[in-house]
Amino acid sequence: MNDTHEIAIQGIGGSPGICIGKAYLVDKEGVDVVRQYYLFDKDLSEEIERFKRAVDKASQELDAIISSLSGDYQEQLFILETHKLLLKDKKLYENTCKYIESNHINAEWALKKVSGNIKQTFQQMNDPYLSERGSDIGHVTDRIMHNLIGGKNHEQIRDINKRVILIAKDLSPAETSQIQLHKIQGFITELGGKTSHTSIIARTLQVPAVLGVNHATDIIKSDSIIIVDGTKGVVILNPSEESLIAYEEKKNMFERRRKSMMRHSELSAKTPDGLEKKVMGNIELLEEVVSVLDHGGDGVGLYRTEFLYMAKNELPSEDQLFENYKEVVDLMFPKPVTIRTLDINGDKPIPEMYEKSETNPVLGLRAIRYCLKRPAIFKTQLRAILRAADYGTVRLLFPMISGVQEIIAAKTLLDETANELTKEKVPFNRNIDVGMMIEVPSAAILSDMMADYVDFFSIGTNDLIQYTLAIDRGNQDVAHLFQPLHPAIIRMVKTVSEAAHKKGVKVFMCGEMAADPFHVPILLALGIDEFSMNPPSIPAVKSMIRKVNTKSMEPFMKKILEQRSPNDVIQVVQDHYGDIFQETINF
Amino acid sequence: MKKILIIPNETGLHARAAFQIVEIAKKAKHGVWVSKENHRADASSMLDLLTLNCPKGSEVTVEVDHAHDTEIMNAIASKIQKGFGEI
Repeated sequence: MNDTHEIAIQGIGGSPGICIGKAYLVDKEGVDVVRQYYLFDKDLSEEIERFKRAVDKASQELDAIISSLSGDYQEQLFILETHKLLLKDKKLYENTCKYIESNHINAEWALKKVSGNIKQTFQQMNDPYLSERGSDIGHVTDRIMHNLIGGKNHEQIRDINKRVILIAKDLSPAETSQIQLHKIQGFITELGGKTSHTSIIARTLQVPAVLGVNHATDIIKSDSIIIVDGTKGVVILNPSEESLIAYEEKKNMFERRRKSMMRHSELSAKTPDGLEKKVMGNIELLEEVVSVLDHGGDGVGLYRTEFLYMAKNELPSEDQLFENYKEVVDLMFPKPVTIRTLDINGDKPIPEMYEKSETNPVLGLRAIRYCLKRPAIFKTQLRAILRAADYGTVRLLFPMISGVQEIIAAKTLLDETANELTKEKVPFNRNIDVGMMIEVPSAAILSDMMADYVDFFSIGTNDLIQYTLAIDRGNQDVAHLFQPLHPAIIRMVKTVSEAAHKKGVKVFMCGEMAADPFHVPILLALGIDEFSMNPPSIPAVKSMIRKVNTKSMEPFMKKILEQRSPNDVIQVVQDHYGDIFQETINF
Repeated sequence: MKKILIIPNETGLHARAAFQIVEIAKKAKHGVWVSKENHRADASSMLDLLTLNCPKGSEVTVEVDHAHDTEIMNAIASKIQKGFGEI
């Protein structure tokens, strides 16, 4: 094996910037970290013995449980007997021993690999009963693993205490919420695309991320020095001396430009013809308010409220929610805070709320559908929001509305909640702007009708694009087809914007589409009133808005609407605004 | 040495059935195999047996490497014929 050869791997750039540092591999499931290290020949037999002892101990543990169970638990008894049998199943037991020996690798890693393969075989089987057997393997593996690790050396994501580049198959929001994020220098994941949760987090933290790197967890070794170029989407393994020097220089240049952009971020985003646009920040955590202010944000355009529901395994109380919202509102005052009601979705499952697992969660019981089905949970949140509204400028935003009935139902519950608060003489403020997300195509199509019920629309482009183009942005095979400048998306935004403005309803955009300075000319031409994005993108978008004259954009827009493919649209934007981009974006 | 049989019980060669086969096969001194079409499973490995994926009606072959284990083969064959006590 030649370890000194430099290798460059192409992925998808999830967050710009460059970092050079030590790789830190996390387990496939992301939470528990299994260490990987190599062994000398002389240590192999002891390592195999160590594995066998861990299995024997697991077997004794199962025996103890079995003998403590009374005959009433026949089913559990059988499961435990099965697990006991599986502990020494040739496929698991002998193959792990062989794996240690032939790969000169530690028992934990060998076990993880072998059991991973078995699980995969089962999961691929068509029979639902058999595909579920993968979980039995998981239980058995966990039991052995626990004995191998024995409490110590058991690194967990939350214990990471050095600045590292995190490498994982994928990271769910629940997992990223456990990481001490300031310890992370960069991210590399096998799955995910530009708009996945990991890249949003990375951009918020202003650390580079490269996603969609095939086999990253297999080819990158823990503790090896690697270079991550999030701007180009490249990962470099075993970097040569020259590469290290070159990238160090690139890194410094990037950081200098980012700082110079920041210096002007406080200035308002006023176009040369005097039109002022608000550029706001999207946040998920209270702490991010600071980032919005630091980057010159004009308010919070989207406060995602799922975190308090995900952080613990129980529902937050009204007072917990109220305290949290009040603090955000206080910190931003007098700037507005747009609070979006609970939007659980496919990649943010909340264990407590899982009534049953869904085969297609993004099309399932999520967001407003869930809240309307569970009005008690919904009202608790609405009470907290209305109470917090007494302390500053709050706007209320309903997610995933797909038709008129849903917005009526949501507003009815809002009025009921306000009435209850009045009766209880609890101070609150109902005099707030109420809006809805435009992220389901049906809502966009009916936007002229929907406009009768709200003060503003907020176009959530991540979901709108996903649902309109039928593209799962987390699927690396199709992620490149997730195209914000698809003619269908432009036409849809145009429909929404025109319908809204006819009725005096404002149109905001809070998806990642709004965060890309390249999209600014089109979004201005489409009449977007307010932009909201991950805070670090604010300075660049503001700076772009300051350069685009919105007078006489009609010929440009007409040309855009004639294009039949995303690439043609991009070309037209380049032709018209290429010069401005040169000086603005290439930082 | 082999015997060809049909899996007769409703749930097929699932965990409980495989468990019973493994318990018998473990006593053999030499190799014991169950195969379906051109897949062959080690009868002493529950995981191997399960991955054969045998629903009701599957035709399986029970085979032993050595004549010493003929009784093992017969015992497994008899378990299968009786539908693992499920029929």
